[in-house]
Amino acid sequence: MIAIKTEQLTYTYSQGTPFEKTAVDHIDLEIEQGEFVGVIGHTGSGKSTLIQHFNGLLKPSFGRVLINGTDLWAPDTNIRDYRFKVGLVFQYPEYQLFEETVFKDIAFGPTNMGMNPEQIKESVYQACHFVGLKEKYLEKSPFELSGGQKRRVAIAGVLAMNPDILILDEPTAGLDPKGRERILGQIKEYHRARHTTVLLVSHSMEDIAKYARKVLVINQSKVAMYDDVAKVFSRAQEITEMGLSVPQITRVFMQLRERGFDVNESVYTMDYAKQEILRLLAEKGV
Amino acid sequence: MPEILSAKGVTFGYLKEDNELNIVLKNISLSIQEGELVAILGHNGSGKSTIAKHFNAILVPQEGKVTACGIDTKNEEEIYRIRQQVGMVFQNPDNQIVATIVEEDVAFGPENLGIAPAEIRRRVDEALKDVGMYEYKDHAPHQLSGGQKQRIAIAGIIAMRPRCIILDEPTAMLDPKGRREVLTTIRKLNKEHNITVVLITHYMEEAAQCDRVVVMNDGELLFDSTPRDVFSHVQILKEVGLDVPQTTELCHELRRAGINLPDDILTEEECVEALTSLLEGVR
Repeated sequence: MIAIKTEQLTYTYSQGTPFEKTAVDHIDLEIEQGEFVGVIGHTGSGKSTLIQHFNGLLKPSFGRVLINGTDLWAPDTNIRDYRFKVGLVFQYPEYQLFEETVFKDIAFGPTNMGMNPEQIKESVYQACHFVGLKEKYLEKSPFELSGGQKRRVAIAGVLAMNPDILILDEPTAGLDPKGRERILGQIKEYHRARHTTVLLVSHSMEDIAKYARKVLVINQSKVAMYDDVAKVFSRAQEITEMGLSVPQITRVFMQLRERGFDVNESVYTMDYAKQEILRLLAEKGV
Repeated sequence: MPEILSAKGVTFGYLKEDNELNIVLKNISLSIQEGELVAILGHNGSGKSTIAKHFNAILVPQEGKVTACGIDTKNEEEIYRIRQQVGMVFQNPDNQIVATIVEEDVAFGPENLGIAPAEIRRRVDEALKDVGMYEYKDHAPHQLSGGQKQRIAIAGIIAMRPRCIILDEPTAMLDPKGRREVLTTIRKLNKEHNITVVLITHYMEEAAQCDRVVVMNDGELLFDSTPRDVFSHVQILKEVGLDVPQTTELCHELRRAGINLPDDILTEEECVEALTSLLEGVR
């Protein structure tokens, strides 16, 4: 099943003014249900504008967006439902906390969905479990927590709505390596348990390589690539020209290949790299 | 090399809501010499931003002593002299831009220092050239990319002719190209203009490009050495929530699998060379 489909999707800011700028330009895209997609593109490439169409925050200037087969802007579509079905976690979401307690903040979405108190409680606890937030924090003010904990609360607030599609815009910006790994690990686990479609926007190619299965590359308001991680990172030259990069380990293996070693053309994770070297050594009888 | 920043026995804590003291720096001593390019690493909450804020007198120690360019930061009358000599660049470029035209933004610092207009003109042009943004001098900052905005923020600092720049995660919000631009600019200012640079970062590859790496953990100094030496402690770094460059990690993993490789591989070139000689050795 196709979770997200766009047809000739186009969005123009300040249309009809001298500042007119097309940020999304006739994009056709199909993302399968249950996929884990890394989204990359330089600042200003149009990726944030694109993802804001997936839960109806922006209305296309032209073209259509279909979620689970439904046109979001068709006259008989209740777009509010899709704001719950498609959970969007913005950059630095910790600045969006506002409630008196962590519990109330996480419960805000489920409450608005009209869940009963029992369901709300269960959703909040499950969401906390997924982001690794201890229950003792639930009655605290979110403003007493550390930056990393606040971010977990904000992500839990979206997970508590149990969305079919989860979109995260740079969820790890500003976190230390361990904090990054923890949050992404939890998202991966959530994806595995719920088969949620996940779109992860990140500037860290290493994180994309480690967690995503497919990569969507946005460049100059268009889709430049949408393919498996290995295939995308094997096009290092093009990626670099777009102001992006490939993981450091991938660059090492490309140089080894240029030197005539028979290594795979797109080694993008640490485990893969290690296995590849061990395989070569074994073939030579070491 | 004369000492430019110094912390001696510095202890600092914040008062939490329940009136409990949260000690962020525990008896820290650190000395940075003029012309150094130093990275500070540490997990979130390790105290690295707190120590950085001590170096330009945003914070003053509760115990111990901090001097910047030889001036005690507790001396309130000297605070403007300290801030002119020790500039600071923060994470979010959007929070640091004050004017609507690039060159006016860069002129803000020198204007406040009371410098003559002709000299300001000269400094602004020079600063913009140094960060590679001269051709954007008439542009509106909000139309620039993150990396460009961050370079404008750096230009605003160097127009004040500081001896030292402290950057607190300047690349955290930038795309890969923006990160490369900022890093190249920082290295150039350090190598060509001899400006002392303290770079706080979560990107290990950036720290690997510095001359010296200081690692903080729970308010204490864990390591203070060359990147090559610091990153050879793969296990300890991971235990304190940090990481090592992928190249270092790969060689470390292979060594653990019994492969004979050097334990101090840092850069991409070194990694390629080491793997080449390893694989050629068995050809």
